Amino acid sequence: MILKGLKLTSFKNHPESSFEFGERINCVLGKNGVGKTNLLDAIYYLSFTKSAVGSQDRLAITHDERAFTLFGTYEELTIAIQFEKGKVKTLKIDGQEPERLSDVIGKVPLVIVLPDDTSMIKEGSEERRKFFDGALSQFDGEYLKSLLKYNKVLKQRNSLLKIEDGRSLNKKLLETYDDQLIPLAVDISNKRQEMKEVFLPFLQKNYADLHEGGEVPGLNFKTHVTEGFEGRFKANAQKDQIMQRTLMGSHKDDFEFLLDGELIKKFGSQGQQKTFIIALKLALYDFLKEKTGKKPLLLLDDIFDKLDDSRIELLVSLLLDHDRFQQIFITDARKDRSKVLFKKEKEVNFIEL
Amino acid sequence: MEFPSQLVERAVEEISRLPGIGKKTALRLALHLLKQPEDATFELSSALKELRENIKYCKTCHIIADTEECTCQNAYRDTSVICVVEDTPDVLAIRNTGQYNGLFHVLGGRISPMDGIGPENVKIDSLISRIKSDDQVKEVILALSATMEGDTTSFYITKLLKESGIKVTTIARGIPVGSELEFADEVTLGRSITTRTLFSQD
Ligand SMILES: [Zn+2]
Repeated sequence: MILKGLKLTSFKNHPESSFEFGERINCVLGKNGVGKTNLLDAIYYLSFTKSAVGSQDRLAITHDERAFTLFGTYEELTIAIQFEKGKVKTLKIDGQEPERLSDVIGKVPLVIVLPDDTSMIKEGSEERRKFFDGALSQFDGEYLKSLLKYNKVLKQRNSLLKIEDGRSLNKKLLETYDDQLIPLAVDISNKRQEMKEVFLPFLQKNYADLHEGGEVPGLNFKTHVTEGFEGRFKANAQKDQIMQRTLMGSHKDDFEFLLDGELIKKFGSQGQQKTFIIALKLALYDFLKEKTGKKPLLLLDDIFDKLDDSRIELLVSLLLDHDRFQQIFITDARKDRSKVLFKKEKEVNFIEL
Repeated sequence: MEFPSQLVERAVEEISRLPGIGKKTALRLALHLLKQPEDATFELSSALKELRENIKYCKTCHIIADTEECTCQNAYRDTSVICVVEDTPDVLAIRNTGQYNGLFHVLGGRISPMDGIGPENVKIDSLISRIKSDDQVKEVILALSATMEGDTTSFYITKLLKESGIKVTTIARGIPVGSELEFADEVTLGRSITTRTLFSQD
């Protein structure tokens, strides 16, 4: 995929900006705070209708303005997103409003690498689930539909458990939610299990490319949703009632990150953890490319600061592979560094903010 | 927006509370009323006042009406079937198809605990007792919106009617998912009413 141009209106600290991008490497340079990350976030918004850094739509509007607009012109399509305070977000693909916002997901596959991605290793299961959900959603629309519905049913079920306050739970209504939730959970967790199997070789290859240490990365998928889930889930209803939330289901799935069979969270060095995350993201790139038949956009935010010189050189040499990568966006606060790193590459477009 | 008069400002404030009407439109409407004869405005405000004070909901089917007993009691209707809908506009949409001559039951919403709406906040109990006390009723058609909340409400009603032996059907979902009945075109809706299918959860 190629993003040819982007127009931002009242988006974060871009009151009114227009960009034209090169087809290969776009290096966004400028001091901290000039809006480099926000530019990448705008590109991310167009693929996922939300922020990569988790900021609320309301807070993405430039101070004192009422609405933000993003307009992206890709080689094959255009995407526009507008959000006005107090209104619903609107999305247009080629000028047409699709039925749902989520219909845009997968139109422009995208992989983003953020400076604090190592939190995926350190934090709870949610971040890791989000990573794999993001991967699946970009090529499997049915998966995304199941997931959105699951989250909705779960939210209603939890609200029911709270409202009733354990006194007179409406059992028939609870059953109604259970009957919807259980098949969705089976569908979602099975697809995650499959995803783990298919994804692992991509991860292992990329880790080996980045590191000559010889250790082998692994993934362990943990889920409640196995043979006999329905019975166990229903038997757990009383505990759910006491805790006032749903204790079992796909929302508790975890993908554990391993190195030589041990949890990387506990045993991996800083360097190994960084390598793992970059390998994970490049694996996602390769995986999406294979699944969608399109070359995803690759967004790298401020990653050089987190890596030592030898890893930077290795990564840059990988990114210069024309056959593998198409359009890449990189931000760097140190202009001179990026100019040296990419001096050999003819097709680099430097954008100074 | 700055106003030349506090009277205008107050009117704009009230009119713009209506859904789909912004301040600009509200101002245009207020100024339009001022250009019309005085009576036009008085008629409007008295109509609204009387609507609010005197409107009734039918005791049986909960359709919005002038009295607590609406035309649902008319003899020429097919009293063996009740079509369950979320709101009054759905009743009008289904009536306009000309394909349905049975009774209605307006729930007044759909079950959504996260919005504080439980089964007790919509007219489900009243539906069940209506069916149980009227042995002419042989079929219930669920014509709720194709949303997760609409489905949940349908599943729940079906559970409650399980032992009654009443036939529970649903309108065919030729209507795009997520769209409300009100917006479905009459031909599609008419077809789905006549080709309704037995309701099952799968
Ligand atoms: Zn009536």
